[in-house]
Amino acid sequence: MQGVIQATMDFVKQYWAPLVCSLAIVAILPLVAGYIVLVERKIMADMQARLGPMRVGPHGLLQPIADAVKLLIKEDIIPDEADKLVFWLAPVLSVAAALLAMAGLAIGPAFQIAKDINIGILFVVGVSALGIFGIVLGGWASNSHYSLIGALRSSAQLVSYETAAGMALVCGLLFAGSLNITSIVQAQYDQGIWFGLLAPVAFFTYLVASIAETNRAPFDLPEAESELVAGYMTEFSGFRWSLYFLAEYTNMIVVASVATTLFLGGWLRPFPRTTWLNFLDFLPPLAMIGVAAYCFMRTPKQPARVQQMFMLAVAGLCLAVALVLAAPLVVPAVKPFHDGILGAFWFILKVSLYIYFFMWLRFTLPRYRFDQLMRLGWHFLIPLSIINVLVIGIAMIVGQYFNLTGGALLLTTIPASIIALIVALFILASEQKSEPQKASAAPDSYA
Amino acid sequence: MLDQVIFYTFAAIAVISAILTVTRRNVVHSAIFLITALLATAGIFLQLRAEFLFIVQIILYVGGIMVLFVFVIMLVNLDEAVRQMRFARQKWVSLLVSLALAAQVGLMFWSSRKMPGQGMPKFVAAPVDKLPANSEAVAQSLFQTYLLPFEIASVLLLVAMIGAVVMAKKRT
Repeated sequence: MQGVIQATMDFVKQYWAPLVCSLAIVAILPLVAGYIVLVERKIMADMQARLGPMRVGPHGLLQPIADAVKLLIKEDIIPDEADKLVFWLAPVLSVAAALLAMAGLAIGPAFQIAKDINIGILFVVGVSALGIFGIVLGGWASNSHYSLIGALRSSAQLVSYETAAGMALVCGLLFAGSLNITSIVQAQYDQGIWFGLLAPVAFFTYLVASIAETNRAPFDLPEAESELVAGYMTEFSGFRWSLYFLAEYTNMIVVASVATTLFLGGWLRPFPRTTWLNFLDFLPPLAMIGVAAYCFMRTPKQPARVQQMFMLAVAGLCLAVALVLAAPLVVPAVKPFHDGILGAFWFILKVSLYIYFFMWLRFTLPRYRFDQLMRLGWHFLIPLSIINVLVIGIAMIVGQYFNLTGGALLLTTIPASIIALIVALFILASEQKSEPQKASAAPDSYA
Repeated sequence: MLDQVIFYTFAAIAVISAILTVTRRNVVHSAIFLITALLATAGIFLQLRAEFLFIVQIILYVGGIMVLFVFVIMLVNLDEAVRQMRFARQKWVSLLVSLALAAQVGLMFWSSRKMPGQGMPKFVAAPVDKLPANSEAVAQSLFQTYLLPFEIASVLLLVAMIGAVVMAKKRT
């Protein structure tokens, strides 16, 4: 017994920083997810020429907290015929997988919980894929037809698109030559080019597949409200429902982070090795100061006194962040943390842009039909990604033969990507020609 | 010491959930316990510093095969399966086989008892600094040392896959 306590103490002493980091992630992530929802509603409102949530706090800034309180004090309903244990387990499983995947991610070179694990990106992808059990088991346990159909759709969709996403990742990993997240970003620094530019087709494939994997519109068939009420979440309410929601938004952050790390240069600023662009380092603090100034300007226009105070608080928060971002540039004592702090800014900026793109698609494109979704996956994306791995590999060998590195590799990879795209389109066209009416007339067993 | 605790925790989870997998009446519960057993095995792999094996176990078995299992289970009619009698024919055969296995394991422990300095096998984690990077080591042995067997195995798998597709395809 003594030994166990001693060993535990040693463990805590050695790993206190990751432990604190993981606690912070578990504590902060619900808030972040809530604010992503708010941003999503605001963007949706903007695209539909409305105002969106405006009541709680200035410009609805406190809406997520109000929503969270509402969800927590709701009645917790478990259907009579449900499988109680699995019903309890499913949302927890979903959220646990999503949070665990966050452990492998690196938000800047300094902030990573599981530092420098050899399997880096595989860990993130593999563990976050476990969240599917939460959806499938939840849909089964609620003992409802809508839920079950949602769950079946979800598992079919995930299995189909996982292959394409994996193949797209392989393409990026070919350039990186490592699974370790730090080495992947370092490889992009050394080669002076983002792998998303070297392998645009792989990036596109991953983009589409990641939308399908996170069940986002236009591929949100598992929870298509016009057909299935709410899909696998139909019978869930209150806290359990919010766990599913948290898992969904965490998964969005995870896939965005994986794409950022592998295809968008991770925590590197744009053109990290071009010295005359060094002034870009001053961009983060200046941007935050700009946001703060805007908040100050808007303060007198707020209707209520409380809202004015809150607006000032937001401005102050932005100024504080600007100070933190400016510190490594100005204060010599903080210089060693330069990469860590500014890297985190660039990483979060890229992840935000990626998530913004998700939202943009959601409000622009109509939902797919289920057989269309399956056809897109199996007849287009999977052949495309497999052919792409093949031709990118050939392009890399050719590039090695001519001693091309970095940006010069574009000379071989861009033609290769075009070839892959043409071949995949050709395959799609020939598939459609061979079965013209069947594709649209055949009823799908789980649609 | 912590290593021992972690190992025995994972081992206990694996064994108990393996037993529960075959004794549950409900097929979905069996599947859940099978997932737990596989995850616990993955945990033991991780403790042995075989992180590549750990993640392959999770991606392939838990994330791939088990998702398909659960998918198929949900498509079949569960009530029918629950009503049927199980363990009908193989009772004596399975008893025999498990007794033989238990005898083997017992023999292993019995013979290791006499070895100097150890009654029970000690489960100590591999030294982390003495191992080469894991995924690289696996790649080296698969694609350099054992390239030919690996390719033959993959061709075999491909044949099996194509065969499955051909047999499943409806003749028109």
